This record gives sequence, structure tokens and C-alpha cells, in this order.
Amino acid sequence: MADPVLACTHLRKVYGDLVAVNDVGFSIAAGETYGLLGPNGAGKTTTISMIAGLLDKDGGTAVVDGTEITTRSTAAKAAIGLVPQDLAIYPDLTARENLRFFGKLYALGTDLDRRVDEVLEIIELTDRADDRTGEYSGGMKRRLNIGIGLLHEPKLLILDEPTVGVDPQSRNAILENVERLGAHGMAVLYTTHYMEEAERLCDRVGIIDGGSIIAEGTRRELVESIGGRDRLHIEVKSDPGALIPRITALPDVESCTATPHSIEVVATDGSRALPDVVFSIRDAGVGVQSVEVSEPDLESVFLHLTGKALRE
Amino acid sequence: MIRATLTIAGKDLRQRVRDRSAIILAVLVPLGMAFIMSLTLGPVADSSFSTEVVVSDADGGPVATGFISMLSTVAGDGAITVDTAPSADEARAAVAGGSASTAYLIPDGFSEAATSPSPAALGVVIDPDQPIGALVGEALADGYVARVNAVRLAVATAIALGADGDPASMAGRAATIPDPVTLAGPETEGRGFDYSTFYAQGITVFFLFFTVQFGILSIIEEREEGTMPRLVVSPIPASSILLGKLLASFVMGVASAVVLWLATTVLMGARWGAPIGVIALILAGIAAAMGLTAAVAGFTRTTEQAGSITAFMVVVLGILGGTFFPVTRVSGAFTALSRLTPHFWLMEGLGRLSAGETLADVLPAIGAVLAFALVTGAVGLLHVRDLVRYR
Repeated sequence: MADPVLACTHLRKVYGDLVAVNDVGFSIAAGETYGLLGPNGAGKTTTISMIAGLLDKDGGTAVVDGTEITTRSTAAKAAIGLVPQDLAIYPDLTARENLRFFGKLYALGTDLDRRVDEVLEIIELTDRADDRTGEYSGGMKRRLNIGIGLLHEPKLLILDEPTVGVDPQSRNAILENVERLGAHGMAVLYTTHYMEEAERLCDRVGIIDGGSIIAEGTRRELVESIGGRDRLHIEVKSDPGALIPRITALPDVESCTATPHSIEVVATDGSRALPDVVFSIRDAGVGVQSVEVSEPDLESVFLHLTGKALRE
Repeated sequence: MIRATLTIAGKDLRQRVRDRSAIILAVLVPLGMAFIMSLTLGPVADSSFSTEVVVSDADGGPVATGFISMLSTVAGDGAITVDTAPSADEARAAVAGGSASTAYLIPDGFSEAATSPSPAALGVVIDPDQPIGALVGEALADGYVARVNAVRLAVATAIALGADGDPASMAGRAATIPDPVTLAGPETEGRGFDYSTFYAQGITVFFLFFTVQFGILSIIEEREEGTMPRLVVSPIPASSILLGKLLASFVMGVASAVVLWLATTVLMGARWGAPIGVIALILAGIAAAMGLTAAVAGFTRTTEQAGSITAFMVVVLGILGGTFFPVTRVSGAFTALSRLTPHFWLMEGLGRLSAGETLADVLPAIGAVLAFALVTGAVGLLHVRDLVRYR
């Protein structure tokens, strides 16, 4: 495996008697989106602040693109793009002026105008580029906030709860933007307390609570780690009782039960088991009316691990 | 680092230009105040000052005629214009109506009384609404009365010593003897005082300290608006953020001072003196203003808090330092306190320059202002440096 874009180990931050971050470590490869999922106050922002070189660490290391990042790092910070949780744009300036200003700080030089235009296109603000951002809607400001982080094409993009307080339409636009970033080879560190966002965007998720990462892996790995199983609920046109042994024998299927007009399948991987289950029913001459796949989600994992809900 | 510093300063200046309140406070308000003061103080400051006096002569004798003749001589220099009134009441009415600052009421028998042991009284009526004209009018009467008294004393002395002759002719001869002692001057020592120049300089110095604050206080603004993390995470040294802010303050200070310097010269006829000295004092003043603002910013956490404290300090220092009135005419503890302010030394230096002195003559003033800048700047920058970080 190639060297990860971000490798942090044993990160620790203490404020007086409060251990805000304790022994946090994870890595992110190029093109991977890593989610740091946890409730408010879990230590997400403190963790990314140390990774971005905004906060001094009390312990541990954060290496980005092969260079240790500290608050005194300068050149190495060029590999990082940060999208802070709070809007970080100048309302007196236009979107183009905001982008040009930060682009100059990143020494984009002759690429500046090209990148500004590209980013304006990506965040769909080209037609409002020369309006002062103070006149923008909340969603437009959020998009610009992300655009500034993308401008210098960082190796690692850190997004700190970028959808907080955003309307559903803008939120979807933001998530679509983030989805495209991994495809462009960027390593993305995404913090959120929205389980759906982590599930939609992240290749791997670290669940953080009380300043520590309590579980880490793909969504499936996390679900499996707590014994979670997918469920297939299939409505059928005739009694499926005779099908039970046949379905139970299928790969990835753990158990199967039936009622006169439905079949309930418990599978280790619902999406893999689904085609075989449906073909078996059809081959037996039973008509399928509807199929519903339900997977245990990260909310269940968090609840299982901490005994509390994500948004408590 | 230089590129980042210039980029940040350029961004700040662009914001300030768009933020009309900064331009209003830096240029328009001081210009407006200078213009208003020019209008109100213009007649006073004008070197061609003249006041109207009116004389009612019910005597017609030689002493009265001599007085009117003296007034006519002064009128020839342009300092006064003399009108005559047929009666004392009409002379009083001229003062009451504001058309004259001073009325001289010469009673019947004035000349005879002046040349005899009897007391003689020259009536003087002044308009309190024209204080300077009234002072001039009163001084002219005082001067003439003193001279008449001196002549009478000389004649009386001669008679007492046994001189023969007509007292009137003796008085005539005595009046023609040149004064043995005369005043030379008055000259101004070190500074020329004219109101237009004083207020032009005072306003410029006073508002300089307001203008400069915008750049440095924007450090706190960046923290409040959430943009500081973005600056800190960018690949530039933290010092370039601070330098960018200081540079923006400096440029705004220079721009404001130069605009006011030129505008007051043209609009108010202010005489600032040697440009090189003015520039040196303005630069020292900007350094002092930056030091003061940095010291305040270093101990505050919000722009409102910093703005209020800075405004309070600028007003107090401005009053103490003599930007509103010449503190050189005040004595005691006030004078001692005023010497601790950069405003005092700036006004002192600018006053000397406007009186024709050179850069070398104002070096002590520049040194005092820079000392203030050094002390406050050192205190301020130690703390402001901590503001250029994430939290």
C-alpha cells in the first residue's frame, strides 16, 4: 500500500483537567474519504485542529504527505485544505476576490485565475462570482467556504461539519461535491455528527466519543463488529413456505422465516444475498411483489458502543 | 513572506475602502471639521483682521482731536476702521447693534479737564460678542490715555521744578518728544500661531489615531468572523499575518494624514512648514498610533471592546496632548501630563515646523513620539502576537 496522505498516531490534547483528545490515531489514503463520526464535544474539531496545525499537540504526531505538521509548519501546510465549521469568508469581498486572496496565500501564481474559475464552476457560483458574499444565501456561503478549501488542490482536505445549519438542497449539493473529491484522488477527512452523511460519503469511519476513537472501519466492518445483520423483507404473491430450506442454504444467508405472503431473510451481506434470494423465489414460480433491504446503520453501532444516541 | 504580507495588507485595504465608515472617519469627518473650523475661525486666523470702532466727540478740543488722529493712523494700517457718531447714544447703539466692536465716548470738556488738575474720563463701550475687536479697541484707548497721562505728568513736573511758560505749549512739546523706551516686537519664539494651521494639525493628529486602528483591530475581526483559522492554516508564517495588518494600518494612516495635510493647506490656508519634517512627524505619529492600538488590542477580545477603549484613549490623549486647544497656554499638572502624550509632541513639532523651523529642530519631538511608539508597541505586539492563532 502506498504511503497514506495522512497518518496520525497517539494524538493527545489536554485542557487543564479535561482530556479533549486521547490517543487518537488513524490514516487516510489518497482518494479515500475518512469520516470522523461523533456527537458534539466528542473531540472531532480538536483532532482536526491538531492535524491542520492550528493547535499544538500535547502528544502524538500528525504526518501529512510525509511531513510532520505542527503549528509552526508553513510550507507543509500547503498540502492541507481546511473547511472550518464556521463560515470563513470575507463578506465585504466577492466570491472571486475571496478565492483570489486565499489563492495568493497558497502561491498559485499563474494558475490562480484558472483555478478560481474552476472552483467557481465546481461550487456553482460562476454567475454570482462578482457579487459580494455578504449578499449570498447561507447555502451559497457554505459552498464558497468549501471552494476556498479546494482551491489549491490539497492532498488532504479537512471538512469540519460542513453541512451544519444548511438547508436540505444546499446540503445535498455539498455532499455531491464531497463525493466527487475522492474520485479526484484527494484524501478527505470529514467530521460529522450526521450518521447519514458518514454512511453516504465515507469509505471508512472512525467513531469518536469522549476524545477517543472507540471503533474504526468500513460501515460494514463496524456493523459486523457489533453483530449487526442485514434484513431482506420480500412480499410474495403465494405461500413461500416450501422455499425456506432452499433460501437458508444460500451463501450469506443466516436464517429465513416465512409468513403466507412474505419472506424474512437475515443475511451477513444483504446486497450480495439479494440476487440469489430473488432468483430462488422466481425459479420456484412464486411472484415477487416487493423487496426491502434494511441494513443496520452507524447509529446502531454508536448506540451499541456508547449506550447513547449520536445526537444526544 | 513579503508576498503574503502584501497580499494580506491589500485585502485589508480593499475591505476598508469598501467599509465606508473607515473612509468617513479617516478622511471625510476630519475634512468636514477642518472646513467648519476654517469657516468659524477664518476671520480670527486671517492676517488681515480688522475691527470697526465708532467715536462720539462731544469735546472737539485738542486732546480729543489727538485721540481721533491716533485712531486714524491705526486705521491707515488696516487694523481698524473708524466711524463717527453724532452722539454718545448713537455710538452706543452701533455697538449694541454689532456694527462696531468699540465705541469711544469723548465727553464735553474732556480736553480742558485733561490739561487741568480736574479728572478727565474717556468712555469706552465694547461688544462682548466681538472679544478680539473689543480687546483691540480697549487697548487703543488705554494706550492713548497712558500717553496723555505721561504728558500731563511731564508738564506738572516741569512746573513744579519752576519752569515758566504756558502749560498747553509745554504739553504740546512734551507730546512730540519720542518715547525713551519702546517695545520691540512682539516676536514669536519658536512657533508662529495661527488658528487655521493649529486646527488643521490638531485634527490631523487626532484622527490619525482613529484611522490607524482599523488595520490592527482587524486581527480581532478575523477571529470573530472565523477567518483566522484559514489564515493560520495557510502556508505562510504567522508573522506575515501580523505584518500585513500593520502595513494596512500604516498605509491608511499615511493616506489619511496626507489627504488632510493637502486639503487643509488648500482649503484652510494652513501653513505646515517643511515637508520633510511634516512627513517625519506623520510617520512617527503613525508608529505611535499603531503602538497604542496594538497595546489596546492585545488586552481586548472583541472589536467593540477594542474600538471603545481605543476611542476613549484617543480622545483623552487628544485633549491632554493639545489637539483641541494649545496646551502651551495651560500650566501646572496638565502640562506635565500632556508631555506624556504623543499628541503633545506631534503638535509641538508641527507647530515649530509651521513657524519656519526645520527637521533638525523637531528631532526631539520625533524622538519623544517614537519612544511612545516603542513602549506601547512592545507591550502591544507581545500580546497581539497571541491573537494570530486559532484560539
